[in-house]
Amino acid sequence: MGSLSIWRLTLVVFYIVVLIHGSSAAYGNGKTPTTSSPGQPSNPVHTFPAPKKEYLPVFQMNYPRIQIPFEITLWILLASLAKIGFHVYHKITVWVPECCLLITIGLIVGGIMYSVHEESPAVLTTDVFFLYLLPPIVLDAGYFMPTRLFFENCGTVLWFSVVGTLWNSIGIGISLFGICQIEAFGIQDINLQENLLFGTIISTVDPVAVLAVFEEVNINEQLYIVVFGESLYNDAITVALYSLFKYISQMDQVDSIDIFLGTADFFVVGFGGIMFGLLFGFVAAFTTRFTANTRELEPVFVFMYSYLAYLIAELFSLSSIMAIVTCALTMKYYVEENVSQRSCTTIRHFLKMWSSVSETLIFFFLGVTTVTSKHEWNWAYIGFTLIFCIVWRGLGVLVLAQIINNFRTIPFTFKDQFSMAYGGLRGAICFSLAFLLPNTFPRRNLFTTAAIAVIIFTVFIQGITIRPLIDYLNVRRTNRKLMTINVEIHSRAMEHTIAGIEDLCGQWSHYYWKDKFKKINDRFLRKVLIKDNRPQSSIVSLYKKLELQNALVLLDSNGGISGAPSLTSLQEQKPTKPETFLPEEVWSMQELLSKNMYKIHERTLTYTRHSLPNEIRTKEILLRRHSTIRKSMRKAGTWQTPAAAKYYSLPPTVQNLQPRLRLRKSSLTGDDDGDDDIASEINFPPARPRLQLRAKEPRRALQPPRNKLETVNEVRTDSRRTPMVDYENRGGSAMSENSKGRGTGTKRALTPMRQFGLFNEQGLKNKEKEDQMEMEEFRYTPAANRREEAREEASDSETTHPLLNRPMHQYKP
Amino acid sequence: MGSRASTLLRDEEIEEIKKETGFSHSQITRLYSRFTSLDKGENGTLCREDFQRIPELAINPLGDRIINTFFPEGEDQVNFRGFMRTLAHFRPIDDHEKNKDPNVSEPLNSRNNKLLFAFRLYDLDKDDKISRDELLQVLRMMVGVNISDDQLGSIADRTIQEADQDGDSSISFTEFIKVLEKVDVEQKMSIRFLH
Repeated sequence: MGSLSIWRLTLVVFYIVVLIHGSSAAYGNGKTPTTSSPGQPSNPVHTFPAPKKEYLPVFQMNYPRIQIPFEITLWILLASLAKIGFHVYHKITVWVPECCLLITIGLIVGGIMYSVHEESPAVLTTDVFFLYLLPPIVLDAGYFMPTRLFFENCGTVLWFSVVGTLWNSIGIGISLFGICQIEAFGIQDINLQENLLFGTIISTVDPVAVLAVFEEVNINEQLYIVVFGESLYNDAITVALYSLFKYISQMDQVDSIDIFLGTADFFVVGFGGIMFGLLFGFVAAFTTRFTANTRELEPVFVFMYSYLAYLIAELFSLSSIMAIVTCALTMKYYVEENVSQRSCTTIRHFLKMWSSVSETLIFFFLGVTTVTSKHEWNWAYIGFTLIFCIVWRGLGVLVLAQIINNFRTIPFTFKDQFSMAYGGLRGAICFSLAFLLPNTFPRRNLFTTAAIAVIIFTVFIQGITIRPLIDYLNVRRTNRKLMTINVEIHSRAMEHTIAGIEDLCGQWSHYYWKDKFKKINDRFLRKVLIKDNRPQSSIVSLYKKLELQNALVLLDSNGGISGAPSLTSLQEQKPTKPETFLPEEVWSMQELLSKNMYKIHERTLTYTRHSLPNEIRTKEILLRRHSTIRKSMRKAGTWQTPAAAKYYSLPPTVQNLQPRLRLRKSSLTGDDDGDDDIASEINFPPARPRLQLRAKEPRRALQPPRNKLETVNEVRTDSRRTPMVDYENRGGSAMSENSKGRGTGTKRALTPMRQFGLFNEQGLKNKEKEDQMEMEEFRYTPAANRREEAREEASDSETTHPLLNRPMHQYKP
Repeated sequence: MGSRASTLLRDEEIEEIKKETGFSHSQITRLYSRFTSLDKGENGTLCREDFQRIPELAINPLGDRIINTFFPEGEDQVNFRGFMRTLAHFRPIDDHEKNKDPNVSEPLNSRNNKLLFAFRLYDLDKDDKISRDELLQVLRMMVGVNISDDQLGSIADRTIQEADQDGDSSISFTEFIKVLEKVDVEQKMSIRFLH
């Protein structure tokens, strides 16, 4: 490992050298060393010694032509390599957030460049930052934002972002103005307006920095969404205040009309941004409705429309961040319904990639420009800026939280408030805004320096110390003494129960609005924006995505089915006599449990900056549910009734399923292996040869997914039209229930998931189970009713499963 | 939302539910509107599919078990009374209820009843014992795939060993209570119901 890192370091150094050399070549040489034509004097360093006569130039260099793309590429590579390098040293990344390391590297490179008397690279301007570097990050944030959580906390987020930023800016501005009045510091020439402007610049919490740090702190969801949402949405008020104060600062007098206009400006900016975001979001959703034949272009639409929203908002000086975030939020829901699976993956991966690159570059450049820009240092001003930033933020959070706690279902504890206050990091936006100040601005350099100082302070000091502080606060709260294994298990069970009941009761205050929105959504929006209107829910889409995306992943990871617990084996275990457990064993058990038990889903952070959303846990749960249901079904022997065969009989339209179904029937009777059951019903799409390996019966015909969908037809021929889904079988309860023959309702046959034809895993089938919850079209008739249903089935064959209407290429590999 | 609910729920029903469960009038109305919105079949009762339609319950590890607890023995439908009766277990314990005289039947949200609810999550066959298998089932539901069957088995053994006092290799309700005596069950098993 040591040699590897040295290798990387040398690579980095090599790149730096090349970069500097390249820049110096561009800056230094007036002439461009193009061809080595003999007419010109021999050019330094680049060419071979000038030939004596005119030979064909075999080797020539034309640096200026490629200079800009070359430098950009080198910067990106350098920053990314640095990022790789950090992860080699695990010990560092535990303590120091990545952004700090990136800034450090930037500082180093900046130092090198400065010492070589180079200018800051031409690529780094505020325009570049605002137009190219910031949008991917914000788009990524908006796209992956947990919408439910966000809307639940909408009021809080808006409260903190609007009122909080106002509080901070005005507070800092006025206090700094007060400081300026003190003659000893020599900064009396800064008037109130300028101070207010600076206060606005410095008080914006930066989403990039917040994300970078919070990511690693494992903070709870509520807190995360509030701080993060605040950082995104304070853009509106920042833009408004910035333009207001900038305008005012260039005038000598402030009239009340200006304040009024400023307020109006805020609303225009905020709502304008949101409107544009919504507009482009809907247009994008609408466009994707028609992209069935141009699948490759789907990601393009997503990105371009979002970027367009951003740019148009910038055009009108509206809040571009809000525009792009709103666009992403709006678009995501509909687009993910319309586009193909691959496009979906592509979009997600590209977003993550671009945002990672952007973030890396931003911090990197922050370091570089710190060194290379002109500074003016004033101890008093900068020191007091720092102090006031901290003080006002702390006060602001405290006061605002007290007020908003009255309206929240989950109030903020003091610990939460502290985390929020401490997590208000400033970052590159702050810096760019300072840079944006016109050069004619008096004391511009002082502001820039102060901004950089605050950024470096917050990112480094607060970023590094936030994790230990939060751990300390956490540790103080939990009481580990009582933790016997029993307590741990039962507590966790209770927590899951509570979470479930809360969800069941719809325990959010905004449920009413969500319901309303859902109605509007289903009635109008879906018809327009989604092709082949399918009454689906988020769970169904989640199901589809999981199933299609993770089929192979599950295959790879610890053998999927074999890794899943086999409850049959559990049942067959003889009760062992109680052994005595050593304390170490007990302790290791506790560790094992605490690491592996699923966290209550409200408490874990589902959005992660550096990776795609983690759906592992859902997959596991569903996989498990499916496997237990399958086994319970066979234990119950419910498939061997003749009604079962009838149940699987074909709709009149599709003939070629017949052989498959016969095979299925025969496979049901003999096997004791859950895999076979699953496999027999699985229709692997032909394009996935790997899945065929898991199919144990070579006789199984591979049918296109369409047929599988059509088999669902039969399922729906239950004219009673009440969905009967056997979920009790989950967790193996069906085994005990069915074997004891209790209750009429409990004996239900769970038909294999056949809808999508892409199963190779039990877990995938579970996704269908999720479907059932939302879609009444999936009918799983109870065994008791199958005979009835079978009779009715012949008559009722017109009902088509809505899934059948889904275009098949949805499931194209 | 409010108006629709109150026309379908008579006042005397509300009073009865109030007496039985202890919820307030507004809480009952609110939960009734939730009940009706879940009730897609609009026949005044919920079946299991109505519960399963709730997305978060689907991915809750104990989702099925929770749903089960709503349905009394052998039935498939639960009406609003039953719904509220189950939910009443999660009402926070009011201070003034703690010292009721023992002649009155225990309120649904007493500590004992909360513990009984939790106990029933494990005990499916309702024999008032949590056997090793039942424990294993629930454990497996709550745990990821990284834990092997053996490890889980020994965890289950250890759990039973800690709790079992009469040596029957299963946890009875009394033992369950004893094991959790230091845990603040009243707080853990309570939800703040919105008004």
